[in-house]
Amino acid sequence: MEPFTKLTANALPVARPNVDTDQLLPARYLQKPRSAPFGDFLFRDLRFNADGSEKPDFVLNKPFYRDAKIVVAEENFACGSSREHAVWALYDYGVRAVIAPSLGDIFSSNAAKNGLLTIILPAPVVAGMIEALQAEPDLEVAVDLEAQTVSLPNGPAHLFEIDPYRKRLLLEGLDELGFTLTQLPAIEAFEKTYAG
Amino acid sequence: MAQTLFDKIWNEHVILDREDGQTLLYVDSHFLQDGSAPAFEMLRQRGVKPRVPERAFGTPDHYVPTDSRDLASIKDPEKRAMADALREDTAAAGIEFFGLNDPRQGIIHVVAPEQGMSRPGMLIVCGDSHTSTHGALGSLAFGIGASEVAHVLATQTLWQRKPRTMHVTLNGALHPGVTAKDIILALIAKISAAGATGYAVEYAGPAIDALSVEGRMTVCNMTIEAGGRAGMIAPDEATFAYLKGRPFAPTGADWDKAVAAWRALKSDPDAVFDREVVMDVGAIAPMVTWGNSPEEALPITGRLPQPADAATPEKREAMQRTMNYMGLQPGMALGDITIDRVFIGSCTNGRLEDLQSAAEVVRGRKVAAGVEAWVVPGSGPVKAEAEALGLDRVFKDAGFQWREAGCSMCLATNGDSLAAGQRSASTTNRNFVGRQGPGSRTHLMSPAMAAAAAVTGRLTDVRDLLGSR
Repeated sequence: MEPFTKLTANALPVARPNVDTDQLLPARYLQKPRSAPFGDFLFRDLRFNADGSEKPDFVLNKPFYRDAKIVVAEENFACGSSREHAVWALYDYGVRAVIAPSLGDIFSSNAAKNGLLTIILPAPVVAGMIEALQAEPDLEVAVDLEAQTVSLPNGPAHLFEIDPYRKRLLLEGLDELGFTLTQLPAIEAFEKTYAG
Repeated sequence: MAQTLFDKIWNEHVILDREDGQTLLYVDSHFLQDGSAPAFEMLRQRGVKPRVPERAFGTPDHYVPTDSRDLASIKDPEKRAMADALREDTAAAGIEFFGLNDPRQGIIHVVAPEQGMSRPGMLIVCGDSHTSTHGALGSLAFGIGASEVAHVLATQTLWQRKPRTMHVTLNGALHPGVTAKDIILALIAKISAAGATGYAVEYAGPAIDALSVEGRMTVCNMTIEAGGRAGMIAPDEATFAYLKGRPFAPTGADWDKAVAAWRALKSDPDAVFDREVVMDVGAIAPMVTWGNSPEEALPITGRLPQPADAATPEKREAMQRTMNYMGLQPGMALGDITIDRVFIGSCTNGRLEDLQSAAEVVRGRKVAAGVEAWVVPGSGPVKAEAEALGLDRVFKDAGFQWREAGCSMCLATNGDSLAAGQRSASTTNRNFVGRQGPGSRTHLMSPAMAAAAAVTGRLTDVRDLLGSR
């Protein structure tokens, strides 16, 4: 997994609540192997017509947003299905951080295992960022994981909370399974006395 | 210290706690469906084998055809490969598997409780968000992603941060024609689609006590649609009666011992939850959704909202966008919405009681002209039991298609789908944009309400049909 430390990049404002993982990655792509170009499937039905042509009005098809490495979204982003493919779609497109007032639980967990940083900020802060990005699409958002801050140019640094374990996974690009496998003695000891 | 049901199950499964707040939990049972291929591939790439295969179980549901029991009939090679992969991966690992020709096959969240594999006090995971269903049996059960599926296969454990706890007390009694589905839709409408995010939810109160175990599964199943990590209900006599005699349930002295332990699995009277929600189910009417989030649910007697009344310009725009997608007009009566398709099934409402409730409405009536209506039983045994009761005849005589078990049109991964622009009355769990196929328009409701819509051709208050009997 690629470590995440700092990132300053264009950001995509997603000005709608409850963007579910079916919208991020429609279920018909769940049958594709991980090696498939999941970035092409991101927001597939919002982004493209059935014939594959782009929908010019969709935000990701507009200049500057097209190069986004950060997504700034409204409430309950990536709710719904547990499909890790939604993370793969964002990641393969180039997105490395998602900022929202609230996020689907399973999505956040999946993200941390794939090098995608998820950040919760208060709704008014996120609303302000979305507004700023809509007014100036070339604005670059700066994310610093070590310092746990998000900022816009000439704006204040917004502190965010993050689970220390997820922070470490991301900062060091840690392999969680590799780590757990070093804990096998503890697991075996548990199993010896476990009655369930 | 007083403990919640959640605390009691959590504590039993702690292998180690880390200073950073993460806990390594032991997984009792790991359920697998035919979306598990990426996780097995992750293990192969690492050269790791499933560590405790006897604690896993798989059955294909997402990609299986519902018009035949022959995997070879799946024309799309990628879909066929998904269903084949589960059979091959479980066989290679020595994991119990109910294939398509096994009469016990079905939707994993229907099959596992039905077989007695989901039991009180267990920690259960599955690579599917509706794993919350199994909490209805008094277990702690939640959905995980592919990396976590691989992690559980490799180690039988999972890293978790303890979620907060929510206590939902359901008072009162349901009126005729109102069901568990209406309770959960009304709850989501009340607390929002993110209302339980970060929480494990325990349901309790007289209305839960009065629900069948199958109804409780419907409530726990849709906890994820409120954002909840898990939904759970303390086991009681109804739970024990449901489990007794099921193939994987303990027997003899083991059964007595298990029940004695299960009786302690309830929140202590003075246990403190992080959030309390109270609702009177006597005030609930049959619910339907009108939008693209399960929180956009209203009593069938209601009307669509007016975007002009929205609190902010953004909310107005969002509401208008939803109505455009759904092809609906502001302020229109829900009862004026006509439908093209009816789908009765899924892990939410594909159990025997659901089919009985729908059949009661359908009996002696005909599917409305121009409507295509399907029943997809949640499992082979559900189908067989329904046929033994003659329900298949009731549905077929009315003009329904009576199909084979699978997830089917809940999420259309097997190719069962709505055409763009088609509108369904569906007993499933998600009305998301494109959920039942690109351009699909889904209205969620109970099996009885879906049956009512099937025979009238529009969203209908089922109480009007029951009353005329």
